[in-house]
Amino acid sequence: MSASTVTIPEDAIRWELPSRGRVAMYGLISAESAIFTIFVVAYLFYMGKSLTGPRPEDVLHAPVLLSICLLSSSLTIQFAVAALSTGKVRAFSLWWLLTIVLGVVFLGGTAREWRHLIYGEGLTLQRNLFGTTYYSLVGLHAFHVTVGLLALSAVSLFTFRGQVSQQHAERVEVLSMYWHFVDVVWVVVFTVVYVVGR
Amino acid sequence: MSTESMTLPMSDAAPRPLVERLHEWVTTVDHKRLGILYILYALVFLMVSGVEATIMRIQLIRPNNHFVSPQVFNRMFTMHGTTMIFFVAMTVLLGFANYLVPLMIGARDMAYPRLNAFSFWITAFAGLLLYFSFIGGDGLYGAGNAPDVGWFAYAPLTSLTFSRGHSTDFWIVSLLLSGFGSVGTAINIIATVLCMRCRGMTLGKMPLFAWLNLTMAGLLILAVSPLTAAQVMLLIDRYLGGHFFDTQAGGSAVIWMHFFWIFGHPEVYVLVIPAFAFASEIIPVFSRKAIFGYPVMVAATVCIGFISMSVWAHHMFTVGMGPAGNTFFVLSTMAIAVPTGIKIFNWLATIWGGEIHFETPMLFCLAFLFQFLIAGLTGVMLSVAPFDWQLSASYFVVAHFHYVIVGGILFTLFGAFYYWFPKMSGRMYNEKLGKVHFWLFLIGFHLTFDFMHIPGMLGMPRRIYTYEPGRGWDIWNLIVTVGVFFQAAGVLVFAGNLLWSCFRGRLAGNDPWNAWTLEWSTASPPPAYNFAVLPEVKSRRPLWDLKHPEDPDWHYE
Repeated sequence: MSASTVTIPEDAIRWELPSRGRVAMYGLISAESAIFTIFVVAYLFYMGKSLTGPRPEDVLHAPVLLSICLLSSSLTIQFAVAALSTGKVRAFSLWWLLTIVLGVVFLGGTAREWRHLIYGEGLTLQRNLFGTTYYSLVGLHAFHVTVGLLALSAVSLFTFRGQVSQQHAERVEVLSMYWHFVDVVWVVVFTVVYVVGR
Repeated sequence: MSTESMTLPMSDAAPRPLVERLHEWVTTVDHKRLGILYILYALVFLMVSGVEATIMRIQLIRPNNHFVSPQVFNRMFTMHGTTMIFFVAMTVLLGFANYLVPLMIGARDMAYPRLNAFSFWITAFAGLLLYFSFIGGDGLYGAGNAPDVGWFAYAPLTSLTFSRGHSTDFWIVSLLLSGFGSVGTAINIIATVLCMRCRGMTLGKMPLFAWLNLTMAGLLILAVSPLTAAQVMLLIDRYLGGHFFDTQAGGSAVIWMHFFWIFGHPEVYVLVIPAFAFASEIIPVFSRKAIFGYPVMVAATVCIGFISMSVWAHHMFTVGMGPAGNTFFVLSTMAIAVPTGIKIFNWLATIWGGEIHFETPMLFCLAFLFQFLIAGLTGVMLSVAPFDWQLSASYFVVAHFHYVIVGGILFTLFGAFYYWFPKMSGRMYNEKLGKVHFWLFLIGFHLTFDFMHIPGMLGMPRRIYTYEPGRGWDIWNLIVTVGVFFQAAGVLVFAGNLLWSCFRGRLAGNDPWNAWTLEWSTASPPPAYNFAVLPEVKSRRPLWDLKHPEDPDWHYE
């Protein structure tokens, strides 16, 4: 700017305000973090307080592969956003689809795990405190993954109809912030449920 | 920035059919109309909830009274508390924030107008849901209608065993929905203040009102979300057979207390910080001086915001948290008196040496200063754990928090109503009726809440339906109830004054108070687009600069 020969008044250059999309997404993420904090605190508080079995160390197996899927989806969505901001819509749509696939794989894995716990181990939400806190915390996270997938799919739909272009890069980036948040929450949930709690 | 002007038709065009005008109000995304909707909605619930309080006070006017049954009494105190906090105080304060923040920062609307409308309507729906419980709460059990578990709904009262029917479910879902609405508005306020300010308005030049509402919004997000989480857990317990608060299965009733008060105490500050915001705008204008110590005021507010998140368990000294927990919460609670005290001294210093105009808004703010000080002092008394063991859950506590909420928040709120009424309606209120309201309400307030401390110290517990004669409580309860009628009369004068002035008051003009913030630079009521030309500011008092070009503020700031 300063190299230009036209003299622009200094104030006119400097009056820049933060993007409202990003600010609002940070607000939403703070609210969601507070909700997750309460559920995590409840999980930690009730660890080992169940009056009956099954206990976590008997039935839980760390879903390492699924976690790798979910965490790498943060990477793919980042590639997608980067592609769109340089105008490569086709690359964007592929990375974006891959993100959705990774998310769906994660959800499917959770469903299989729950099926095993319910039918194989007899652990339901009503069975004991572990069941109550486990299904609530993991379920709350899975619910957020689902909401994220619905939003991602909407963007995919718009992309196939040719309605997404470089000018939407910022909006897509704001949505990707939510997806990153869901991934970070998984790191916390994984640590609490499968590492500390087992 | 997206400051495109709204295409709403002007409200003062040729008269159109009523249905069309109503439709316009229902579908509006204009921050001013939504603000007014919030405020009117809160006023309706203020009346409803006031009637509930009056019913309780009539029941307690003399010993062994049988004005209502114990069951109805339980419903009344639950509904009174829940309504006043969630559907009167929260909504009216968010309404003022909605109306004033964009005008004060020189913007044409909130950052997210449609989110704004969504937040209002979901809050409105939540309030209706709470009151629908009077009809639908019975469920199939014939087990009583409206919620009767108290406003903090301690476990195990809320478990299926002790709360048959659906009254508690209505309470849970209603608070859940109103939580979504207020978090939506809070996010909107933050985005508006940070991203929509007019040219030149740096954070250090924002009106204190915007700063305080920004802090309130941040605090609201962090306070209401834990309540949302706790309500979801309660729903899981009640509908899916979970055991979070089920002591029979190893669950804990105390953890509900923690979760509730992690919301409950910051909530007090969510309500009182906007009240501080009103005082910080009104006191300087009616003292004809700039606010004293602006940066310190901002710092103290943010400081209150942080400390208020670490004091929740002072509601729980009687639970038995052990010496370490008690000591921590005693000290953090006392610490919050420091930034609050700083604010009081700054308001006093603003008034000091000023040319004080005793109009109705200023009268309410002066009463606020005095009453909020006393409320803070009884707060410090209660923060001392051994003192709290003696007086917890007594009428002393009830008197203390009503001193904060009525003496502090409601008084500044009335001041705000009179101060901004000319802007919102375009007409002046009746000053004489305003003063009648002030004195009636002041007398009523002090009769009720000064004397309410005494039966508390004499051992009268809160929430009791009636009491035996001869315990020394009789005369005090009589005085307390008499005060309620003065307050009710004051509120009726207030409502009548606003209604009458809305149609018959003399025209106010743009700037009836000779004030300094941007909302007074536009028409009264402001057009849908707020400002024909977006303003540019150089100091904290842009209208002062405009009126005194020879001695503008930005020479000194």
